[in-house]
Amino acid sequence: MSALFKFHGGVHPPTHKTESTATPITRLPLPARLVVPFRQHAGDAAIPIVKPGDHVLKGQLIGEPQGFVSSAVHAPTSGVIEFIGPHPVAHPSGLPDICAVLIPDGKESWIEKVSVDYRNTPIAGLREHLRMAGIVGLGGAVFPSDIKLRPLRGHSIQNIEVLILNGAECEPYITCDDMLMRERAAEVVRGGEILRFMLGAGKVLIGIEDNKPEAIAAMRAAVQAEGLPFEVAEIPTLYPSGSAKQLIRVLTGREVPSGELPTDIGVQSFNVATAYSVARCFEQGEPMLSRIVTVTGNVTQPRNYEVLLGTPIADLLAHSEPKTDTRGYLMGGPMMGTPLPSTDVPLVKASNCFIAMSDALFPAPPATLPCIRCGRCADACPADLQPMDLYWFARAKDFGKTQSYHLFDCIECGACAYVCPSHIPLVQYYRFAKSEIRAREQDKLSADRARERHEYREFRMEREKREKEEKLRAKERAAQATKPAATGEVPTASDAAAEAQRKIQDALAQAKAQAAEAQPRNTENLTPEQLAEIAEIEARRARIRELAKSDVEAPKE
Amino acid sequence: MAAFFSPFLSKPDTVSRIMLQVLLALLPGIAMYVWYFGPAILVSISLASITALGTEALMLKLRDRPVAPFLKDHSALLTGWLLALSIPPLAPWWLVVVGTAFCIVVAKHLYGGLGNNLFNPAMVGFAVLIISFPAQMTQWISPHGLGQIELTFADQLRYMFLGILPPNVTLDAITMATPLDTLKTHLHLDEPIRQILDMPIYGRLAGQGSEMVSWGFLAGGLYLMARRIISWHIPLAYLGTIFAMAGIFHLADPAHYVTPLFHWFSGAAMLGAFFILTDPVSSPTTHHGKLIFAAGAGLITYLIRAFGGFPDGTAFATLLMNICVPLIVLYTQPKIFGRKGRKP
Amino acid sequence: MLAALLAMSAIAIVLGAVLGYSAIKFRVDGNPLADKIDAVLPQTQCGQCGYPGCRPYADAIANGEADINLCPPGGEEGIQKLAELLGVEPKPFGSDAQPKPKSVAFIDENTCIGCTLCIQACPVDAISGAAKQMHTIIAAECTGCELCLPPCPVDCISMLPLEENVANWKWKYPVYALRPSK
Repeated sequence: MSALFKFHGGVHPPTHKTESTATPITRLPLPARLVVPFRQHAGDAAIPIVKPGDHVLKGQLIGEPQGFVSSAVHAPTSGVIEFIGPHPVAHPSGLPDICAVLIPDGKESWIEKVSVDYRNTPIAGLREHLRMAGIVGLGGAVFPSDIKLRPLRGHSIQNIEVLILNGAECEPYITCDDMLMRERAAEVVRGGEILRFMLGAGKVLIGIEDNKPEAIAAMRAAVQAEGLPFEVAEIPTLYPSGSAKQLIRVLTGREVPSGELPTDIGVQSFNVATAYSVARCFEQGEPMLSRIVTVTGNVTQPRNYEVLLGTPIADLLAHSEPKTDTRGYLMGGPMMGTPLPSTDVPLVKASNCFIAMSDALFPAPPATLPCIRCGRCADACPADLQPMDLYWFARAKDFGKTQSYHLFDCIECGACAYVCPSHIPLVQYYRFAKSEIRAREQDKLSADRARERHEYREFRMEREKREKEEKLRAKERAAQATKPAATGEVPTASDAAAEAQRKIQDALAQAKAQAAEAQPRNTENLTPEQLAEIAEIEARRARIRELAKSDVEAPKE
Repeated sequence: MAAFFSPFLSKPDTVSRIMLQVLLALLPGIAMYVWYFGPAILVSISLASITALGTEALMLKLRDRPVAPFLKDHSALLTGWLLALSIPPLAPWWLVVVGTAFCIVVAKHLYGGLGNNLFNPAMVGFAVLIISFPAQMTQWISPHGLGQIELTFADQLRYMFLGILPPNVTLDAITMATPLDTLKTHLHLDEPIRQILDMPIYGRLAGQGSEMVSWGFLAGGLYLMARRIISWHIPLAYLGTIFAMAGIFHLADPAHYVTPLFHWFSGAAMLGAFFILTDPVSSPTTHHGKLIFAAGAGLITYLIRAFGGFPDGTAFATLLMNICVPLIVLYTQPKIFGRKGRKP
Repeated sequence: MLAALLAMSAIAIVLGAVLGYSAIKFRVDGNPLADKIDAVLPQTQCGQCGYPGCRPYADAIANGEADINLCPPGGEEGIQKLAELLGVEPKPFGSDAQPKPKSVAFIDENTCIGCTLCIQACPVDAISGAAKQMHTIIAAECTGCELCLPPCPVDCISMLPLEENVANWKWKYPVYALRPSK
C-alpha cells in the first residue's frame, strides 16, 4: 500500500449515499421516445448523418464527430428517426440544442457487433475506434477519451508512469460509480487494463473513498481474479477528492502544474465508468449507448438505473416516484450540479445523478450578507486560491485582476460557497467571470481575424487595380496597332450595356415582388388570446426589470 | 428565494452565529469585570448596545439597505461591547454614546458598512475618545477593596448619568490610575520596579482585579479558538511578540522593565489578542499575513507601553497595523495548487 | 552673469544633442499609439465612426483628430478601454451612434439576383458568390458592419442579431435579492 497525501482545504458535506445503494442497479424499460442530443461531449457537436424517416439499428452511428475535440453519437436502440432539430436539453441556460428524436421499434435489433483484439491492433486504430464509439469521460467533464490517450506534443508515444482510475465519487448523493464497482468490478478492471495498455503506463492506482467499503472489496476481488498488479487505494472521504488534480495529489503526491495537464507529470486518470465503457467497447463491440445514473433525494424509490442515452428524464424520474413536495430537480450532485430547466430534457452521457429537491432536504439558504473576509473559503479551497479576493474582483467585473489571482485554477467545486457564513453564491461569480473572459478572448480572436481579412482585401484590391491598369495599357497599345478595325464596335458595346441595364431592372422588379410576398406576417391578424399573451409577457418583463432595479444588491454598489 | 446556483448545500454557519459566539466568549471577562469593579460596566455595555443598534438601523435606513438582516448579524452589537470594555466603566453616559455612534457611523458605515471598514470600528471610537476626552477617559474605577470609598450601584448610576457624586466624595477617592499607568508614572520618578510592584494596586501577575479580567478574556479567546471561530495565528503572534520583546528588555534590565507576563495580563493585551485584532474585516486574510500583522501590532503595543506617551498601546497598534493590511495581503499571497516551487 | 548664461547655453546644447541623438537612435517606425488603439477597436470596418475602417480611425485618434466615442460596435467597454489607453475621461456615445446587439448579415437567397454589389462592399470578404449566382454570407467571418445593406438593389440582406445557443451561452452575473422574499 503506497502512502497517501493530502491536499489543502476540502469540506465534509453530509453524504446521503446510503439511500440509493440499498437496491441493485435496475434496467429501465424502453421508453416510448428517445431524444438524442448531438452534443453530449465536450467540444464540437457531432454532425447528423441520418434524416427523419430513416430506420436505424441499435448502435448505428447517427452523428459523426467533427473537429479535433468531438465524439460520435449513436442510436441507443433500433427504430425510426422522427425529427432532427432543436430540442430542450439539460443545460444551465435552458436553451435548446440539436437532437434526434427516435421512436423505438421495440425490437432492439443490433448492428453487427465487432469486438477488437486490442493487443494486436495499432494504438492509433484503437483511439479512432474509441472516438467512433463515442467513448467520453463519464466523471462529469465528458471529454473525449481518445484525446486523453494521445501522445503529448513532441512525443511519439505516451510517457505515462501512472494510470489512475477515479472511483472516489466524492459528491454527496451520487452513487452510480459505487454501484458500478460493486456489481461490475471485473469489467471496470479489464477496461483499466486496456487503458493502461494504450498508455503504456507502468502502474495503475484505483482511488476509492473510504465510505464505499463494498466497492473497495469488490474491486480488490476483481483485481485479484483478473490477476492484475493494480492497487486499490482507500482514500479518506473529503470533498473534492474526486476532482482529477486533487485525486492525483492524494494518490501520488504530485501536483499537476497550473495550466498544464496531468500527462505533463506522467499521470493520466479516467473515471471507473469510462473504463467500464472502454471494456464494453472493445470486448463486446458496443458503442456508448447507456449509462448508470442515480435517482435520489425526495423520491420514494431512490436507486441506480441503467438507462439508454436519450431517455426523457420525466420517464426516468417517474420510476422513482418523486414525492409530492418536490420543488425541482438537479442534474449532477448538490455541490456542482445544475437545476434542470424542465424534465422534458433527455439523459446524456454527462448525467450521473438526478436529485429531487424538497425544502426539507435543500432548505433555502439564509439571506446573503456582505463578505466579512473571514477566510473560511480560503481554508476550504482545494486549489489554495483566495476566494474572497476573486469574489471581490469578479463582482467589480475587474477581469484582469481575477486572472492574476488565478481564476482559471478554480475547479468550481463549491467548497468556498459551502462554508461561506454570508452565503454568497461565490461559484456563480467565478463562472460569470470565466465566461466573460472567454467571450472577450473569442471577440479578440475574431477581431484579429477580421483585421487580417480586411488588410488582405485592401492588398488584393490594390493589386487588382494595378493589374487592371496594366491590362488597359496593354489593350491601348494593341488598339493603337489595329485602330481602323476597332471603330465599328463602339455602338455595339453601348447596346450591350443598355441590354444589361434593362435586365437588371427586370430582375429588380421581380425581386421586389418576391420580397413583398416574403413579408413576415406573424405579428398581424393575431387572435385576442395571442394578444393577451403578448401583453402578459411584456408585463412580466417589465416587472422583472423593475425587480432587478430595486431589489438587488449589485447595481447599488 | 430558492438557491439558484450550485452548491445547493451550505453549512448552517452564518455571520450572525459567528458574532454571537464572539459575544458569548466575552462573557467570562465581563463576569470578572463585574466581580472586581462593580456592575457599572453592565450599564455602559447596555448603553453602547442600544446606541450601536440605533445608529446601525439609522445608517442602514439612510443608505437604503434592508435593516432587519443586518441588525440580526450582531456585528454592531459586538462593536459596542468592545468599545464599552475598553473605556472606563464610570465614564459619563454621553462618552459611551458619542464613542459608539462614531464607531458605527464613521468607522463602519461611511466606509461602506459590514465587511468594508478598513479600521477596527471599536478602536477608531476608542482613539477618538482618548484624544478628545482624555480626562474622562482616565476615570478608572478602583478595584474592589482598594479604593478609599466604594460607591453603591445607585450612586454609580447617578454619577454616570447626572455627573453628581455623593456629598463629601471626590472623584479621586473612587478612581485610580490603571496598573500600566501607575507603572509608567513611577518609572518616571526613577523608582525601581520591585518597589513599584509592591504597591497594593498590583496582584500576582499584574494589576489587582484587572489581571483576573484578562484571564477571563483569555478563557473566552481559547473558547473561540476551540470553536474555530478564530485561528491561532493572530493571538499567538501578538502575544508571542509582546512576550519576546518584554522578555528581552526584562532580561537586559530587570530594574526598569517588567516581566512579559505583566504585559500579557495588563491593559487590553488579552482583549486585543483574541477579540480586537482578530476582527476578520480589518485583519489580513492570508495566514502568513495574519502572523505579520499581529507581530507588528505586538511590537507597536510594546513600544508604546515601554517608551511611548500612552500607558497602553493596543488600540493604536491595531489601527496602525490596519493601515498595512492591504499591503501585507498583497505580499503574502499563498502559493496556489500546482504552482508550488514556482513563482506565484 | 556671463558665466551663468554660458553655463545655461552649454547645458541646453548638451541636452539638445542628447535628445536629438536619441530621436534618431530610438526612432520607432510607424505609429505605436495607433497600433495600440487599433488593437482595441473591434475591427468591424463598418465606418460608423466616419473613417473608412478601423485603422484610419485609430490613426485619427492617435493624431488627436477624432473623439473616442465614435465606435458603437466597440460598446461602452471599448470607450472605457480607449480612455484608459489614452489617459482621458471616458465619454458617452452621441445620440446618433448607439451600440446595437451584435448581428450578422443574412441574404434572402430567394430574392438575391447575384449582382455582386454586396461582395464588393464587404470589407472582410465574408460574402461568397459570383455574378448571377446566388450569394451567401460566411456567418463566421461577418463582422456585422452593415456595409452590404445599402448597395443591395433588391434589399435582400437583413441583419440578424446573433442568437444565443448552447455553445456561446454565457453565465450571468449573479443577481439575488438582498431582502428575504416576502
